[in-house]
Amino acid sequence: MAVIFQKTKGLTDRDTHYCPGCTHGIIHRLVAESLEELGVLGDAIGVCPVGCAVMAYDYFNCDMVEAPHGRAPAVATGIKRARPQNVVFTYQGDGDLAAIGTAETVHAAARGENLTVIFVNNAIYGMTGGQMAPTSLPGQVTQTTPYGRDVAYAGFPLKVCEMLATIDGVAYAQRVAVNTAPHIREAKKAIKKAFQNQLEGKGFSIVEVLSTCPTNWGMTPVEALDWVENTMIPYYPLGCYQDRSEKGVR
Amino acid sequence: MGKKYLMKGNEALAEAAIRAGCRHFFGYPITPQTEVAAYMAKQMPKLGGTYLQAESEVAAINMVLGAASAGVRAMTSSSSPGISLKQEGISYLAASDLPALIVNVMRGSPGLGGIQPSQADYWQATKAPGHGDAQILVFAPSSVQEIVNLVGHAFHLAEVYRMPAMLLADGLLGQMMEPVEFPEETPAPSEKPWALTGTGGKRPPNIVNSLYLTPSQLEEIVRQRFLRYQQVQEKEVMLEQYHTDDARYLMVAYGATARIVKSAVDKARAEGILVGLIRPITLWPFPTAEIAAAAEQAKAFLCVEMSMGQMVEDVRLAVNGRRPVEFYGRTGGMVPTPAEILNEIRRMARKEG
Repeated sequence: MAVIFQKTKGLTDRDTHYCPGCTHGIIHRLVAESLEELGVLGDAIGVCPVGCAVMAYDYFNCDMVEAPHGRAPAVATGIKRARPQNVVFTYQGDGDLAAIGTAETVHAAARGENLTVIFVNNAIYGMTGGQMAPTSLPGQVTQTTPYGRDVAYAGFPLKVCEMLATIDGVAYAQRVAVNTAPHIREAKKAIKKAFQNQLEGKGFSIVEVLSTCPTNWGMTPVEALDWVENTMIPYYPLGCYQDRSEKGVR
Repeated sequence: MGKKYLMKGNEALAEAAIRAGCRHFFGYPITPQTEVAAYMAKQMPKLGGTYLQAESEVAAINMVLGAASAGVRAMTSSSSPGISLKQEGISYLAASDLPALIVNVMRGSPGLGGIQPSQADYWQATKAPGHGDAQILVFAPSSVQEIVNLVGHAFHLAEVYRMPAMLLADGLLGQMMEPVEFPEETPAPSEKPWALTGTGGKRPPNIVNSLYLTPSQLEEIVRQRFLRYQQVQEKEVMLEQYHTDDARYLMVAYGATARIVKSAVDKARAEGILVGLIRPITLWPFPTAEIAAAAEQAKAFLCVEMSMGQMVEDVRLAVNGRRPVEFYGRTGGMVPTPAEILNEIRRMARKEG
């Protein structure tokens, strides 16, 4: 019998710890498929965040390192400078990349490090049980904004792609979502391009993926997918914010 | 050994690291270690190596973590306030069993402190280099030549025992110029089958990690690591004994302070006081057994540090109450003079008889 579809070799056979309805699994698969399709799985070195994806080293079928919270872009910089021939990526959540690791993110981008950054934005701290994230939306109820995020008090969400787009070292910054099949296809294209850029030495490439957290949002998986569509995407519009993929950043 | 060079401690340190095969340096400017970074910035591009100025000490130590996990000899250099920032990364390096070299050219502290020499980071280096149950190798040179000798040794042992090493110097050693010779042979980097190099599709993935959510598993891993620490304590202690054979009084001092104590010891001996010096070269592992043995013969100990008294606690633990252990220290960037120390030796000799 002809095999017309099988699970990517880029993922291990381990069961993941992700909650039902969480879209981390989809994003893992898109990253793993991209590495496999580009033929670079054996060259890949991934950097895990602290947060829900902290155990991604058990799921990606390539060499992996666990970074301190927020430091993944610095760790990835060290790896890439030591082994420029390898394909190095970080997989980070919003607390990791846009709060505690903002400096590491911005400066890896400013240096134009030839890295691929997968940024999973679900507008909440999932692993610690649903606290306000740097990307939590105005009015969003979380454990630490029980009356809704009041921007007059707690400040404004960080729009990472828009911010990074202003930096000369950024080759590619695109925001995608994985709440619908068409969006997933777009996300795959963006992730693959972010890796292709690295193979061609183009510079810092980041794909921000709007993701769900039904558990901490207090929604069913279907409601969560709708919340991405109706609440997140209007605040975080999908699309390409920077593209220097033609010439590269240097 | 070959040609002699007249070099500043910080520059000799950088050159020694290069000769030891280090090609990846990640730093952030801070006085009084700046020459290490400046030397690396000049030399690394010529050698095809990496000098990278990070956005913070936090980023620099994590770049070291990345490079070390990729299997190369990597280092960073800083001074006291900067080392505090690196402590998170040092804990992760230790917990991930990664070799690396961290240089601390100590300055007056706490807080922003000052920029003059100090030894007030002894506790930090030897007791709590980061959070958690962990140790790092700590080397304390007392001359520019010894800096050179210990840099290669530190890289080598860090790889043998898979743990971070710290070269604990101070502003005096960093800034002083002395003639040095460089060893011709540098120890070859050891095999690193655990390193992240890409699987090449030929082996299962390597994982460099410090997370273990099952307490029994974490306990077992920490215990295994401590078995390695025990080997280090048994095999890797380094110290210098100066006029200790017939000594009735023993000084204990390390680093630049030990040089000043040596002058005071010479002067005291000229006055007929039988005094000697034990100079720990490794601060962790600490020469506990050697100091304990010396307590059989000596009547009293005097520990001298550029701090309010940190190493003296380890000396007291080693002596274990059998002899008085006194302390003399200057801090905040003040350097004790030979005359001050000589007075302390005389006082001890009068008191103990």
